[in-house]
Amino acid sequence: MKRFLLLAFAVLLLPLFTAADWLQFRGSDQTSLALDSKLALKYSPEQNLAWKAPLVGKGVSGPIVVGNRIFVTASNGANKQDHLHVLAFDMESGKRLWKREFWATGRCFHHPTSSVAAPTPASDGKRIFAFYSSNDLACLDLEGNLLWYRGLAHDYPKAGNDVGMSSSPLVVGETVIVQVENQGDSFAAGINTATGETRWRVQRPAGANWASPAALRGKDGKQLVLLQSGNGLTAHDPLTGEQKWKYDAGCSSIPSPTTVGNRIYLPANGLTALDVEDGATAANIAWDSIKLGGENASPVISGGKVFALRKDVLSGGDEKTGTELWQVRLKGRFWATPVVAGGHVYCVNQDGQCFVIKPGDEKGELVSTMELGDAILGSPAVAGNALLIRSDKFLYKIVP
Amino acid sequence: MILRNALFTWGLVLAVPVCAVSAEGDLAKNLAIVRGVGVKGEGHAKATAAAKALAQSSAAELPAILAAMDGCSVLAENWLRGIAEGVAQKQVGGKLPVAELEKFLAQTKHSPRARRLAYEFVAGVDDSAEKRLIPTLLNDPSLELRRDAVALALADAAKVEDKKAAQAAFHKAFSAARDNDQIKAAADKLKELGETVDLATHYGFLQTWQIIGPFDNTGDKGWDVAYPPEAKVDLVAKYPGLKGEIGWKEATGKDDFGMIDLTKVLDKHKGAIAYASTEFISEKDQQVDLRLGSYNAHKIWLNGEELTANHVYHAGQQIDQYLTQGKMKKGKNAILLKICQNEQTEAWAQSWQFQFRICDTIGTAILSQDRPSAKTAFLPAIRR
Repeated sequence: MKRFLLLAFAVLLLPLFTAADWLQFRGSDQTSLALDSKLALKYSPEQNLAWKAPLVGKGVSGPIVVGNRIFVTASNGANKQDHLHVLAFDMESGKRLWKREFWATGRCFHHPTSSVAAPTPASDGKRIFAFYSSNDLACLDLEGNLLWYRGLAHDYPKAGNDVGMSSSPLVVGETVIVQVENQGDSFAAGINTATGETRWRVQRPAGANWASPAALRGKDGKQLVLLQSGNGLTAHDPLTGEQKWKYDAGCSSIPSPTTVGNRIYLPANGLTALDVEDGATAANIAWDSIKLGGENASPVISGGKVFALRKDVLSGGDEKTGTELWQVRLKGRFWATPVVAGGHVYCVNQDGQCFVIKPGDEKGELVSTMELGDAILGSPAVAGNALLIRSDKFLYKIVP
Repeated sequence: MILRNALFTWGLVLAVPVCAVSAEGDLAKNLAIVRGVGVKGEGHAKATAAAKALAQSSAAELPAILAAMDGCSVLAENWLRGIAEGVAQKQVGGKLPVAELEKFLAQTKHSPRARRLAYEFVAGVDDSAEKRLIPTLLNDPSLELRRDAVALALADAAKVEDKKAAQAAFHKAFSAARDNDQIKAAADKLKELGETVDLATHYGFLQTWQIIGPFDNTGDKGWDVAYPPEAKVDLVAKYPGLKGEIGWKEATGKDDFGMIDLTKVLDKHKGAIAYASTEFISEKDQQVDLRLGSYNAHKIWLNGEELTANHVYHAGQQIDQYLTQGKMKKGKNAILLKICQNEQTEAWAQSWQFQFRICDTIGTAILSQDRPSAKTAFLPAIRR
């Protein structure tokens, strides 16, 4: 009986998603890793483009994957992008299954390179949480039925940044966390995934910030929400928002922290590695490295190495010491966070070139360059052996 | 909102046949619940259940769902749009109540956004809808319907070969245009045809100001300081400023888009504050939009009442970047702006300027009665 109960309990704890899902910004566990996937190593439209689906509007958000569906946000409008879209595509065919549209209730101004559809949506496996630079948050089921809608800038009218906002939402258990940091009403909030009601809201430093919240998963199964701002990193209880600890540091305002086990890779002083024991009230620095600091992309850690994109250079560093091991010079400017799949690093620049790099212990080797010929700022997603990339105009499914 | 909801519910129930009262009653009840969603998640517990029930509505109920947008909040509009789109999508073979939706579209008493959505539903199943319906919507209260009509008018005008006829056609498009790109496109064509176009008047930008500054904003501390103009605008008074005694200066803008560059009026200053004052003669008591674009932190007063304050520096500048509403009284009204410059040193953080206009909710210029006479023949048409 005890064994049965344990099994039942374990089943209840099973996540609603599978390894093939890519549920939020940088993947279901925010590591940007799809280690078992074998993606295309080169690209030609004839051989590697499974399909290319047109999008109804601009977007620098990344696609997400739930089961056999891909979800993408987009925005458009006459003189400002005040029409917000959620699009669902069939993974196999690329057919658009449904489209929902909303009117922005918050500010829609942004830098020309960005979009109101800047934050990557998130999912708990049952629902889609589509968040926008206007601070509108729509919740739909996988069939496109509206479950609830929040206008966070309608609630707090000074929340906004006319350069654009881009912090992506994070789902932890039954809470979707949004980080709305700006010069006006600056806050982070935990929203009940089922009802859209606010579980908690905490004031944040008044200043422009584009970093996204991240989860720190303890060995004890408990999770903390990490919120990075210009003056440091704070850890919060996902259900109550209660602050557990703070690490003071001058942090970057664009790349987001990455966690691996109890270690946090924080974009501060270049890159700072922090260790946090379960239940601790403080984070301890393991190392920091100016050379492993990223510009816009968040750090990715795989195979004992840290990968950092700074301007047109990909650096590989030692995960244990923070020592830079090698550099590979690429081309262009990067906004998307790379993904690591099948032993290769995929870096997409804003000109639509995807560089495939084989990382070694002593050097990184540029294997190929995929030319998509389309402006791409959103981070790619991986599902099985498919690389999913969105541009302003299209959603691409690239296969081996 | 409660009273409006009650009226809405009873209005809908009384409007349906007796045999359908139960189902329609549920529809009305659920729509009223969704209409009641408030800020900060207020009403969500009931509204999520109501939305789930409404998702099962039939196509025939679409006009009622759209009508529920009348007078509701922007939040509820989005709930209702999501529900309506879901219902429309589920109709096998795209069977929608086209005649009822067209009737809804024709009734301008309905919410502009709901009418636009009604049009989109119709256009989604009827290829002739654009050609039949859009030309009738040139002066529509829905900005989006109007936009499509202006686009059509611009396209038609471009086909006209006779110069006078072309001028008239572009005048028509220009007068109706409210979106910046269309206003500019029509104005450019009129200029090509030899017309003088007064863009600033078309928008309603205020061009004549009394300016005083710089007051001290070192360390951004002046933001909370009520310097003398906030208590009283005395155009002959002198005050101690950031770098010595200061007084009011008249500035008359010539820019098509109403830009007043304070660095040209007062010179370049960092950690500085300027006040801009002007009078507006209103034709009548009326609610107006006050729309400002500025890189700089600012406050706006109308007749001594602070309407808005945006403590934001150098996050871009756009026409109509900051919107607020105010009540004009018939006759003279006093407008005061506080435009703050901080001490950022970056090259992109040096602008100290603003553009400000008065208009209605869809951007139609509302002009002061003492504004110099319009420079183009068609401007009286937009004069309010």
